[in-house]
Amino acid sequence: MHTVQQTDRAAAAIPPDPADWPAGIHRVLREAQVRQVAYVPDAGHTKLINLCHDDPAMRATVLTTEEEGVALLAGAWLGGQRGVLLMQSSGVGNCINMLSLSKSCRLPLVMLVTMRGEWGEFNPWQVPMGQTTQASLELAGVITYRADEAEQVAETVEAALHFAFDSEVAVAVLLSQRMLGRKKWVK
Amino acid sequence: MQTERNLLDRRWVVKVLLSDRRDLLVVTGLGAPTYDCAAAGDHPGNFYLWGAMGGGAMVGLGLALAQPDRRVVVITGDGEQLMGLGALATIAAQRPDNLAIVVLDNERYGETGMQRTHTAHGVDLAGIARAAGFPDARIVRGEDEVHALATAVRQGRGPLLADVKVSPEDLPRVLPSRDGAYIKTRFREHVLGQPAA
Repeated sequence: MHTVQQTDRAAAAIPPDPADWPAGIHRVLREAQVRQVAYVPDAGHTKLINLCHDDPAMRATVLTTEEEGVALLAGAWLGGQRGVLLMQSSGVGNCINMLSLSKSCRLPLVMLVTMRGEWGEFNPWQVPMGQTTQASLELAGVITYRADEAEQVAETVEAALHFAFDSEVAVAVLLSQRMLGRKKWVK
Repeated sequence: MQTERNLLDRRWVVKVLLSDRRDLLVVTGLGAPTYDCAAAGDHPGNFYLWGAMGGGAMVGLGLALAQPDRRVVVITGDGEQLMGLGALATIAAQRPDNLAIVVLDNERYGETGMQRTHTAHGVDLAGIARAAGFPDARIVRGEDEVHALATAVRQGRGPLLADVKVSPEDLPRVLPSRDGAYIKTRFREHVLGQPAA
């Protein structure tokens, strides 16, 4: 398998590897001048979180619960900065009432959600929220995109960023569990 | 200004904190703190919350990180802050030195019938903030302490949390705009200049 290090790529201007979707997201976040990255960690977001922490142009803030991120990014926008919120699908339920902030104030919001409970899930406790993530977001007024293939991810996140910041709407991108790969429980 | 029970008057506290405010940016927690800040004088640098309970301090954090050269104060209530205790850990981890959180603590859920909150049962919000790592966390009971707090909000090295013990009076409501999009746009134009992109 062909892998390219981020630093090598930057140095040699090698075209992006579409399979390396976390690097693709980081690239489009940079291009969109995203300055604040709020997250509750997920294994699927590990590489992207590390890229954001290592990027001096970004402030990465770890949260105790996902709804904090909705409020944090509202404040960021009030102060003139763009942000994104990273979470796992189980965190979407934690956000519901706080999403009224985005809706009531017509604030932009971009949520990048790694899915659980939808593809070969091992843990039954992930299923209730995973199976209702998209419907919950849509009921709460969040426009929802899905990315099922690694090759679609950067383009989808880029569209979400433009949509949210240009039209002042809340947009979530659901990153499919099939693409992320099933969690390995026996190491 | 103190009431008979020797508790501070919340409207007076906010008036002191916001007098001569210069470039201070203000986020208000839903309910009485929003009315208190409106009563002190409507201002484009006020972002009034009418909902999003538990989110006030986090809105303040995002704003303080985005505008590191300006002072940001979140003026909220004990019920609102109790719903966002995790935010105190998140703020302590980020350590924005330009952020102050002022809790007008009447030990009541004022909007819903004056039920006693956890602070009426001895929960110490300043102690929680201190344990989380706030370099300045204080309980304010006296008028002199309110004046000292006003100075700390403008000049102190934060993050700061002040739990201000206020009288549980149900005061006449002073209502600012409830149009969130309008308040947002007005605030952004105030901070970023017109037109706010």
